[in-house]
Amino acid sequence: MDFDAIRMIWLRDIIRHFRDKVRLLGSITRPVLWLLIMGTGLRAAFNVHGISYTHFIFPGIIAMNLIFAAMISTISIIWDREFGFLKEILVAPIPRSSIVIGKALSGSTVAFIEGLFVLAFAPFIKINIPLAHLLLLLPLMFLIAFVCTSLGIVIAARMTSFEGFGVVSNFVIMPMFFLSGAMFPIDNLPHWISFVMRINPLTYGVDFLRWVTLGIKTFALYIDFLFLVTFAFVMLVIGIFEFTKRD
Amino acid sequence: MNETAISVINLSKHFGEVQAVDNISLVVKEAEIFGFLGPNGAGKTTTINILCTLLMPSSGKAIVNGFNVVVSPAEVRKSIGIIFQDPSLDERLTAYENLNFHGMIYHLSPKIRKARLEEVLNMVGLYSKKGHIVRTFSGGMKRRLEIARGLMHSPKILFLDEPTIGLDPQTRKYIWDYILSLSQKEKITVFLTTHYMDEAEICQRVGIIDYGKIVDLDTPVALKNKYRVSSLNEVFLQVTGRDIREEESDEKERLSQFLRARQKLR
Repeated sequence: MDFDAIRMIWLRDIIRHFRDKVRLLGSITRPVLWLLIMGTGLRAAFNVHGISYTHFIFPGIIAMNLIFAAMISTISIIWDREFGFLKEILVAPIPRSSIVIGKALSGSTVAFIEGLFVLAFAPFIKINIPLAHLLLLLPLMFLIAFVCTSLGIVIAARMTSFEGFGVVSNFVIMPMFFLSGAMFPIDNLPHWISFVMRINPLTYGVDFLRWVTLGIKTFALYIDFLFLVTFAFVMLVIGIFEFTKRD
Repeated sequence: MNETAISVINLSKHFGEVQAVDNISLVVKEAEIFGFLGPNGAGKTTTINILCTLLMPSSGKAIVNGFNVVVSPAEVRKSIGIIFQDPSLDERLTAYENLNFHGMIYHLSPKIRKARLEEVLNMVGLYSKKGHIVRTFSGGMKRRLEIARGLMHSPKILFLDEPTIGLDPQTRKYIWDYILSLSQKEKITVFLTTHYMDEAEICQRVGIIDYGKIVDLDTPVALKNKYRVSSLNEVFLQVTGRDIREEESDEKERLSQFLRARQKLR
């Protein structure tokens, strides 16, 4: 494990991220729009588990900001390949695994912070999270961010163009988000949707988030946790493999 | 002295049908300035990419600073510094940050990192610009910063892939003076590629590469004597049967073909 290298990759991405003010703005306005428009607009039509729709989707909106920020952060890999900086890293005497772990951690950190922006809305929509749950919520958000970033790295490692990544964001991020139980409950759905949801890691993330914030859950918590951890591990291993191979 | 820095034995690399490097062998001695001369697409960059562990050879062997590039890539990476043909700086970061991060992944201690950073920035005359974002730099400044970065970790062998391409004559001269003084002072082995004849003249030995093959290899003087000509350009003309500058007119030709094709589409 090369901590210097992990620190360098992490720090560089964080510096770059916070220099980009426009991206910060996007990550704040996105959840506001969703909570206000979807939450308020659909409140009359839905009554789930006896709680208001705004409350129901709140953990889902946290998950949304996590997955969006995490996946977008991995575009930096394509960016670096296009603009040459990736070569600087690849010829350095550092193990490929630390490049992947550094990327996974920097993406997770950025996504975690963008998740916090959503969390800050909790008091405004009258969601009270007990302190003990809050302490569990923070590492959970980081774990979900880590899962999504690892997946993003595996995709970005194989992408050679920004356009390709745009397609992926439509075919991966949106279905993952909509089929995660973020916007509607996952029970009483047709078989095929139910199946897709059960192999979607974000489903387990949203389920866990919903239990921590609202006390509602579908799966046992250990199942949520194990699925997330296993998925992240498998993605990291694939990511390291992708970075290690030489043509 | 005169130990082997790089040895390449029957090295080949093909991408599908295309034979980019075709069975080349060469030896570069320690503290030597070795030049690879050839037109674009001759296999120069592919060779460098194999030597600096970015590409796997299809066959043959390459030893850099005593380490096999296939078996011990990590050891090779520690020994070398590279200035790539295409820019590889992070343009969103400052000059200082680019170098500092470089020092981190080459495992220099914070103290040495700071000292080397100031040293190399002064060497390329960019110390006063260290806090500026690289995107605001001119092409020559970026190139100088890349050279500073490639030298920061005191490599034994320095690879320069077309180090002065696209630079104005003044900056070219400046960079060359710098490379020469460096190889004398710090005994660094320099392996460079170029398609400028005047730059090849400066090298102690020159390998002429064409279509992936080394067609001749010797000192510039010996090459000129061998073919009884007065310039390396004529040597190139003799061994390959064409002018290296034809490449550039080829590019113009390709561009006009491309433009004509586009016209037809409309």
